[in-house]
Amino acid sequence: MATEPLPLQKTAAAAPEDAAGTDALVRFDRVVKRYGDHVVLDELDFSVRRGEHVTLIGPSGSGKTTILRLLMTLEKVSGGVIWVDGAPLSHVRTPDGGLKPAGEKHLREARKKIGMVFQQFNLFPNMKVLQNITEAPISVLGMDRDEAESRARELLDLVGLAGKIDAHPSQLSGGQQQRVAIARALAMRPEILLLDEVTSALDPELVAGVLDLLSDIARTTDITMLCVTHEMNFARDVSEKVLMFDAGRVVEAGPPEKIFTAPEHERTRDFLDAVL
Amino acid sequence: MNGFDWNAAGDVLPLVLRGFEVTLLATVLGTLVAAVLGLAVAVAGRAPSRFVTVPVRAVMEFIRSTPLLVQLVGAAAFFTSVEPLTIGIVVLGIHYAAYTSEVYRAGIDGVPKGQWEACRALSLSPRRTWQAVVLPQAVRKVLPALGNYAISMFKETPFLAVITVQEMVFEARRYGADHFAYTEAFTLAGLVFLVASYPTSLLMRKLEKRLGH
Repeated sequence: MATEPLPLQKTAAAAPEDAAGTDALVRFDRVVKRYGDHVVLDELDFSVRRGEHVTLIGPSGSGKTTILRLLMTLEKVSGGVIWVDGAPLSHVRTPDGGLKPAGEKHLREARKKIGMVFQQFNLFPNMKVLQNITEAPISVLGMDRDEAESRARELLDLVGLAGKIDAHPSQLSGGQQQRVAIARALAMRPEILLLDEVTSALDPELVAGVLDLLSDIARTTDITMLCVTHEMNFARDVSEKVLMFDAGRVVEAGPPEKIFTAPEHERTRDFLDAVL
Repeated sequence: MNGFDWNAAGDVLPLVLRGFEVTLLATVLGTLVAAVLGLAVAVAGRAPSRFVTVPVRAVMEFIRSTPLLVQLVGAAAFFTSVEPLTIGIVVLGIHYAAYTSEVYRAGIDGVPKGQWEACRALSLSPRRTWQAVVLPQAVRKVLPALGNYAISMFKETPFLAVITVQEMVFEARRYGADHFAYTEAFTLAGLVFLVASYPTSLLMRKLEKRLGH
């Protein structure tokens, strides 16, 4: 367990592509995740700068989704520390400057900066579209109803669903549901947006609309994005950095042009051959 | 033994209907207790602390493992100063809460994991997670099952006669004893049960269909 209080202290191995390293918004510091004997993440180091759009690619079981789930604090780390904005996410500081695993209270506060969009949308079926978006701003951020609703309208406008404000999720197509889910996540004004295979459950003809929307968001906001995807177009259009994972480690990192056209590692080449 | 005495049946009907009012009152209030308490127990069963879950489970197991009749007589013997109808309603309610809590539990378990995760991802408090997301979905799913427990409770109210609650069967038995017309008295009581519970169970089946089971 890391005990140094300095979040910016880095080893060369931590993130070789991130030479400056001082503006890391997210940093995984030798993060381990185990389920029983099965090691999913093996002392993983990587970092993401503020405003960066990063795509995580790699074969299934390589730990990509686990990274997002750890960041969303849906799971707990088995070892190592996750840092967000210079503060520990998975841990809290002890008076003597060390770190101990965080309790639920810290996590609830810490995760407000982070939003997530899920593969299966996970909209609340018992609420209309509008309430899906306003619930958290009202009950968590303490926004008043009028403000939350007018913001929700703006967001629905942005995702192209202004007309569906009073619909129930079950009345929407998968693509529409996913766009509502994106609006719902954005309503919390996250600094970091996690996208977990957000187009995998969509019919092929609906994928493009969601990808366009996410490219727009990437271009027009300063939200830091981490995307797990099998859509290589998405990786190319939206992200500046691609991380190739295999067996719980980053095997290669770089801009999409380089990864897709001149991958250095054989594992990356094999993977890309298989998916492209 | 002679045939069915229609005059006696005519005499007993008002009495049975008066008893029916008590039966209905006990059922409605008992169901209310069972619905609210069962929900509380189901949520408590999900508490993070074993100091909550273990005792709650033990009490519910105890209630399910002993007969309603014994619980009624026991409670009446213990709380001698409480009105029998009140005891009846509370005992019925608690007894059925042991079952409705399982129904709720199944409903809560049936809420997809993704719903809980979405709540966490939005930083919803545990209170809002239950109130706004989990319970509305869980309760909707189990409404027909709860309705069916209400109907069974209705049919078990005659046990209240044992602790001298003057419900339908109590009235029927009293008339039967006074006039030696048990056949008529109990036939009518039975008919009233049938007339009340059959349409209700049809209604429940309809509700089940509408909620898409």
